[in-house]
This record gives sequence, structure tokens and C-alpha cells, in this order.
Amino acid sequence: MHNIWVIASREFKQYFVSPLAYAMAAMLYLILGFLFYVNINFGLQNGQVTPDGRIVIGPMITILVFITPLITMRLLADEQRMGTMELLLTAPVRDFELVVGKWLGALGFIIVVLIPTWIYPLIMNWMTQPGIDQGVLVTAYLGLALLMAAMLGVGTFVSGLFKNPFVAFLATEAVILGLWVVGALGSGSGTVSQVAGYLGLVDHYYNNLYRGVLQITDVTYYISLTVLALFLGAQVIQARRWG
Amino acid sequence: MIEVQNLTKFYGAHPAVSNLNFDARQGEILGFLGPNGAGKTTTMRILTGYMPPSSGTAKVAGFDVVDQSLDARRHIGYLPETVPLYSDMSVRDYLTFMGSLRNVKDIDLRVDDVLEEIHLEEREDSLIGSLSKGMRQRVGLGQALVHQPDVLILDEPTIGLDPGQIIEVRKLIQQLGEERTVLLSTHILSEAQQVCDRVLIINNGSIVAEDSPGNLQAQMAGAEKLLVTTPAGLEELKPLLESIPGVTGVTDGVELNRFEVTTSPGRDLRPEIARKIVEAGMDLFELGTAGVSLEEIFLQLTREQHPEDNQEQD
Repeated sequence: MHNIWVIASREFKQYFVSPLAYAMAAMLYLILGFLFYVNINFGLQNGQVTPDGRIVIGPMITILVFITPLITMRLLADEQRMGTMELLLTAPVRDFELVVGKWLGALGFIIVVLIPTWIYPLIMNWMTQPGIDQGVLVTAYLGLALLMAAMLGVGTFVSGLFKNPFVAFLATEAVILGLWVVGALGSGSGTVSQVAGYLGLVDHYYNNLYRGVLQITDVTYYISLTVLALFLGAQVIQARRWG
Repeated sequence: MIEVQNLTKFYGAHPAVSNLNFDARQGEILGFLGPNGAGKTTTMRILTGYMPPSSGTAKVAGFDVVDQSLDARRHIGYLPETVPLYSDMSVRDYLTFMGSLRNVKDIDLRVDDVLEEIHLEEREDSLIGSLSKGMRQRVGLGQALVHQPDVLILDEPTIGLDPGQIIEVRKLIQQLGEERTVLLSTHILSEAQQVCDRVLIINNGSIVAEDSPGNLQAQMAGAEKLLVTTPAGLEELKPLLESIPGVTGVTDGVELNRFEVTTSPGRDLRPEIARKIVEAGMDLFELGTAGVSLEEIFLQLTREQHPEDNQEQD
């Protein structure tokens, strides 16, 4: 636990000295702010603001699909490229502690980035009567955190496969979009379709968590995907030792 | 402190290290000498737990590097060949991070000590990326020291440094080697000669010689060599000196007016040579022994490995 914490906190702090991280956060807030403004403005013109606190979450997920690979791309790839991997792999740290620590640092960072987006639902709550449904909002944000955990897990694993962060970015993007698209195949009724539907990355979110429905299957899906990705990440590190 | 038995590592079908056996005691500085690609780095990477061997065993501080890898790693400080640093971290943050990973108690105080040891107290808040190469090397050495390991494994620690820095780093290594076991790889022979208590010469993945630098030289010295500096020409000097019994040859040295005189072993011919030159009315500026350098031993040993000229000497 101690090692995971040491690695995670270094990673977390490093994001705050990285210009890329600030650029990403700024871009996210700008786009969300703009969309929020347009929506509210449209609502006011029609004399009716729909009291939905999730107004920013939909667009946010689309943006995050592109941002999370940027956050994870250098986690392990950069260590390979700079030679610091040798340092980490010869320190008394288990391979999974390294991978989990990296992932946790990224998760911490994205959570810190996402917290200020709560301001939009707060404004919305203040503008409307009787306000927004807080329960749905909290579930939607919880789901968002689970979705992020899974995407960052995939990104951490893929980053371990490459030396070049940009290649890691592209590959992570491909995996995430692939998992997204698989879900779209799940609209039919056959077994294949059902399996595809279960594997889909965002369907668990939009169909349930986004609507305020907290189900064990959806939570299990994201947690399993996260654990699987981190396990594979540790295997990749292990395999590198033999190479 | 380090025990290596029958260590072998294959990359595909190619053995990078084959059947290596050696050990190192506490307080010993062991030099690992060999041309590039001889297997030095591979051996060090196995010892540090970075990669497992194909066969054979290695123990560090009594712990097997495969089965008790984490315990072994706790006792090792390692400086890889390409100094692994995070250029966007400050020196202090980096050392603190490395120390925390090794569970160092009172980390701030310990980092203070390390900063002093590597003479970077004044740059503790500088980003590593802004440091000179020599300073970065010292930061790398600092991370290897921060947890006060029993065994230090340093892969070419002085490569790329300027002469002043080299002397400094060597001094530091010698200090460290007083209590700790140091395994140091280098292809600079004078470095091994100066710093190490014992030298292993490795070539094509096998040890070809092992002894103290002094003994290696004594062992290999078939003939002795003297250096004579005099303004006379070779054509005058050669017949003059070759008339002394025991002198086997006189040749031009690397510098002007400096000549190499080879003599048969066992007798010190310097007084006779001096007398002869002065009696002949020539000026004698300098007269000294050259001995066989580690360079020559090294070349001889690593050349013997080639199958085409398979002349074993012993």
C-alpha cells in the first residue's frame, strides 16, 4: 500500500507541473462553459430552463474519451523512453504496485479536474424551481468516476505496451472507441448482441447510471474492466523483464 | 555480499552471459571490466532484480535475486548506465521520492545528508533538467545511496563526465567502498586500476581474468619496459643500450625524445642504463619504469577469446 501511495502521489503532483494537463483542463472547462451558456440562454429565451443537472455530463463524456488517453499515455511509456523504468523495476516495488500507483495518480488528477464541473449543476439548481434532482446527479457523477477508472485503467495498461507516448495515445483511443462501438452492436436480441451489449463501455453508463439507476451489474462491469486492465498492465511489466 | 553461481542469460539463442561465477565481500570495490557488449550490464541487471537469469543463481546480501527479489532489492543501490532521472522534478523531490519508495525513515533529514554527500545542497530546488551532466550523474548516485544500501551497483558511473568530475566521483566511490560492497563496471582501465580492490575482466559473457589490478599486472608482465627520455637520436641510443646484457630492444616511444627499452624480466637495469648514457656524453632527462599497463593485459585477454588466434598463455 505504501508503495502504491508513493507512486500515486508523485504522479498526481506531476500533473500539476505539466502544461499539457492545464491545457486539457482549460479546454474541458471552456467547452463545458460554452455549452452550458448556450443551453441556459436558449432556455431563457423560451422562458423555460429544463432543471437537469446533468446538462454538462453528456458532452463531458465525449470530451473525456479523448482526454483520458492524453492523461495516461505517458504513465508507463515515458518511463520506458527515459530509462526510469529500470529504476522503478529495481526498487523494492511489486509490478502491480507500480501499475496501480500510476493509475491511481491519474484517477486522482481527473477527479480533481471534474470536481469544479459540479458548479454548472449548482447554478442550474439556483436558477430553477424546485431545483434539480440531486440523487440522479450524484449517481451520474459516481458513474462518471467508475467510467473514468475503467478508461484510465485501459490507458495505463496500453501505455505499458509502448515506448512512445503518442503511439500509446492512439492505441488507447482505439481500444476505448472499440469498446464504445461494441456496445452499439448490442441493440439486437441474439446472444452475440447481448454479450456485445454487456461489453459496451458507455452503455452501462447511459442506460442506467446516467438515469440515476444504481445497479450491481453496471458497477461490476466497470470494476471488472478496471481490475482486468490493471492486471494486464502488471503482466506487461512482468513480460518486459523477461524480454 | 554478492554471490554469483553459474549465471547464464540468453537473449534468444545468443548467450549474453554464460556460466558466470564470482563473489564480492563486504567493503570491497569490485571492478567489472570488459569491452562494450561483454555482458556487464546484463549481469548487473540480473543482480538488481531488473531481469531474471536464464539459469544459475545470484544472491545479494544473502537473498536470492529471483526468489527473494524484493528483499534483495532493498539492500541494493543501483545506478544504471543511462542515469534515470525525472527532468521535471527538483533534486530534493526526486531524492525524496526514491527514498520513500525504499521506505527510508526521516526522509527529509536523510535527503539533507545525501545532498551534502553529492555536493548539491545549493541546487536542491533546481529542476533536474537544468543541471549539468556531472551534477545529474551525482543526483543519480544520490538516489542509489539514499537508503544506505549494503551493496552499490554502478554501471559506468563516470561515463561522459569531465576530468574534474571524474576525479570527484571516483573519490566518492572510494569513500563509499570503505564500508559497502561496490560493484562497478567500466571500460576505462585506469579507473579500475585506481578505484578497485579486485578486477574481473569479462569478455563475451565469461570471466577471462580475476585478481587485484596489481597482481594482474605482475602476472602478465613477461617483459619489463623502461622509458628513457634523452635528446639523442634512436640510431645512437640503440647500439649503445643494446650492448648492455639484458636489454632486448630499443624503440621510439609515443613522444619525441622518449624511447621504450624492453629488458628481460628479473633485473633492474636502470642504474646501468643511466651510467651508459651519461658516460657516452649524452644528456639524460628522465628514466623510469613503464610496467605492463592494464590496457595491454586487457587487450591481450580479450583478444585471446577470438577463435582464430587461440593462444592460451597459462
